[in-house]
Amino acid sequence: MNRIWLIIGREFVTRVRKRSFVIMTLLGPVLMAALFVVPMYIATLEGGEKTIGVIDETGLFSSQFTDTDQIRFMVLDLPQHEAKNRLSELGLYAVLHIPMTEVTVPQTAVLYSDKQPSLMIKGHIRDVMSKHVESLKLKASGIDPEILHSINTSINLLTIRLNKGGEEEKSSTELSMILGMVAGLLIYFFIFLYGAQVMRGVIEEKTSRIVEIIVSSVRPFQLMMGKITGIALVGLTQFTLWVLLTFIMVTVSFTFFSEEISEYRSSQLKMQQESITGQVTGNITGDETTLAVAGVLETIESINFGVMIFTFLFFFIGGYLLYGALFAAIGSAVDQETDTQQFMLPVTVPLILSIILAQFVVANPDGPVAFWLSVIPLTSPVIMMIRIPFGVAFTDLALSALLLIAGFVFTTWLAAKVYRTGILMYGKKVNYRELWKWIRYRT
Amino acid sequence: MNRPLFEAISVSKTYSSTRALDQVSMSVPKQSIFGLLGPNGAGKTTLIRIINQITAPDEGEIHLDGKPLRPADISRIGYLPEERGLYKKMKVGEQVLYLARLKGLMKSEALQRLNYWFEKFEIRSWWNKRVEELSKGMQQKVQFIATIIHEPELLIFDEPFSGFDPINVNILKDEILGLREKGATVIFSTHNMASVEELCDRIALIDRSRKILEGSVHQIRLDHRTHLYEVEYENPVSGAASWLPEGFTIVEETGSGQRHTARIRIPDGAGPNDLISSIIPRATIISFRELLPSMNDIFIRTVKEHGAGNINNTGS
Repeated sequence: MNRIWLIIGREFVTRVRKRSFVIMTLLGPVLMAALFVVPMYIATLEGGEKTIGVIDETGLFSSQFTDTDQIRFMVLDLPQHEAKNRLSELGLYAVLHIPMTEVTVPQTAVLYSDKQPSLMIKGHIRDVMSKHVESLKLKASGIDPEILHSINTSINLLTIRLNKGGEEEKSSTELSMILGMVAGLLIYFFIFLYGAQVMRGVIEEKTSRIVEIIVSSVRPFQLMMGKITGIALVGLTQFTLWVLLTFIMVTVSFTFFSEEISEYRSSQLKMQQESITGQVTGNITGDETTLAVAGVLETIESINFGVMIFTFLFFFIGGYLLYGALFAAIGSAVDQETDTQQFMLPVTVPLILSIILAQFVVANPDGPVAFWLSVIPLTSPVIMMIRIPFGVAFTDLALSALLLIAGFVFTTWLAAKVYRTGILMYGKKVNYRELWKWIRYRT
Repeated sequence: MNRPLFEAISVSKTYSSTRALDQVSMSVPKQSIFGLLGPNGAGKTTLIRIINQITAPDEGEIHLDGKPLRPADISRIGYLPEERGLYKKMKVGEQVLYLARLKGLMKSEALQRLNYWFEKFEIRSWWNKRVEELSKGMQQKVQFIATIIHEPELLIFDEPFSGFDPINVNILKDEILGLREKGATVIFSTHNMASVEELCDRIALIDRSRKILEGSVHQIRLDHRTHLYEVEYENPVSGAASWLPEGFTIVEETGSGQRHTARIRIPDGAGPNDLISSIIPRATIISFRELLPSMNDIFIRTVKEHGAGNINNTGS
């Protein structure tokens, strides 16, 4: 027992001391924090304003194009071909030409630009034009657009989950989805990242031939489990450090940008108030927004983070142990990393499959696909994590957990049999029949 | 002969279709150096792995000091495999410390002994070097220390001299002999028969998974003697062939003028004294000795005979 701790210690310490570990641990949160901070930073920058010249031969649209934060519209009184040629001279990003047509309402327009115009600009122009054309058509058929607008109501469907005690809980499908996907993806990456480390570690010991000395001191099973456990601890350490550092960095950057954020918030608030005091429709929108924001906050509060963290750790460790053992077995069967391909495929397919099928699970978190994938041990770590935020029946969770435990006990047992033969076998091209033979060997 | 420290009793091991060891028994006396010999693929490595409890025998027993081998005995055995290996990225001192602790040494004691050996081999300065920075010979030294650091009663060296220069080979030989003096028992597997003659007290020869020869090196050489003698003599009256008694054959004769050397085989029933007395009247004897067959010759002949026997067996 004492010896397996020595192995765990060595696996852990040598990896944690590596420069790459330190760099990854520091860089991870920087990247994550960057995800939050960079968009904020960009938002605070003065956006590059683009001017678009409008040549409207129909005379219907000129007044419709109002300037936005990023686009300024300038009605040009030039013939189309001249404007086209003098694009840069006029300091224009693009020229929009709406030609005169035979029919009453034009349906085409041309945007001239010396660069590929951005999707945002194209979308905006198309939007403005089609809206205006729509209202023109409505007018033509005798419907007042104002009436139509007041009829047009957007429904905000609040979802309320009833829990056991009959209490109401606000739930947000979108938030659950994001949370589930993030947790599922994290497990997926961790299994791959650290599973591959187990495999590489086994190959390293085998090719450097130290394995024969080690197994003359400890049982191969102890060596394998020591390695898998040691690397799991590295993974958990890295994960914990990431969470802590990300939290610190996000907090720090929020305080740093707090001025801009509060400014942004107050301007939003002002807009809201304006719209409330405005028309009746505006009143509704304002209410909706506050409702939605409150809903999200309430859902965040309603998610049981204790359960989330506990299940995450359980499925992370369970899934890692299950796959880690298989990766160790692969490493022991080959002489070099390039030979691992044929054995890697069947191991990685269920993992990749669970990520591909994740969208079906998200679409119907209580459906049969979700159920089966979340109890099969090979896919359950990823799929169960996606389901958890939607709420999972205790029996499902228990079944999945039990099967996962049974699963990793089985793969560990199987892997140990391959491993103890594989690590001492050199220069043999190993195939599945050979592996089967190793599994049946007696010690 | 001391009582045996290590005994194998009818050990057999089969890997799926191949028989790696077939009813192999041997006994290694305490405080001796025992040569485990045999051609490649004979089953030596399998036996060594069984002794190290890396794998278990299908049949038979292994005894250490009179008792069946237990997992805890691992710390009483030191093993230097033929294919040397260390963690390349790990520092030398740390690595040997780790290996010593895996064998069950306490950290403080391991450190103390490490210091002693590093001083003795004058490799103090390597402590913080990574193994990959060392030359092959240096790595061998480190590995040798890792093998003996826990002062095992039974040492297994598989080709210990490969990769060493002659100076280091001598240092190592002295160390091995020194370990025996201090009470260790050594199982020594090699293809270098000269070092077997030099170091081993007893040997066992394994071929095609069977033990085909066991005994003390001296006795085995005597058993395989061909009654060949080498005589050096001066001023013979005439060529040796003309005055040798009947049945005595000259295998080889060299020299001219005054000094001659002849290798002479004497017939059954005759002794070396008969040869000497036939020479004395005709020449002055400078030296006289029996030529015992080298372990190399014995190895080759025994394995060949065993192979031929095997072929006959399968043929019948």
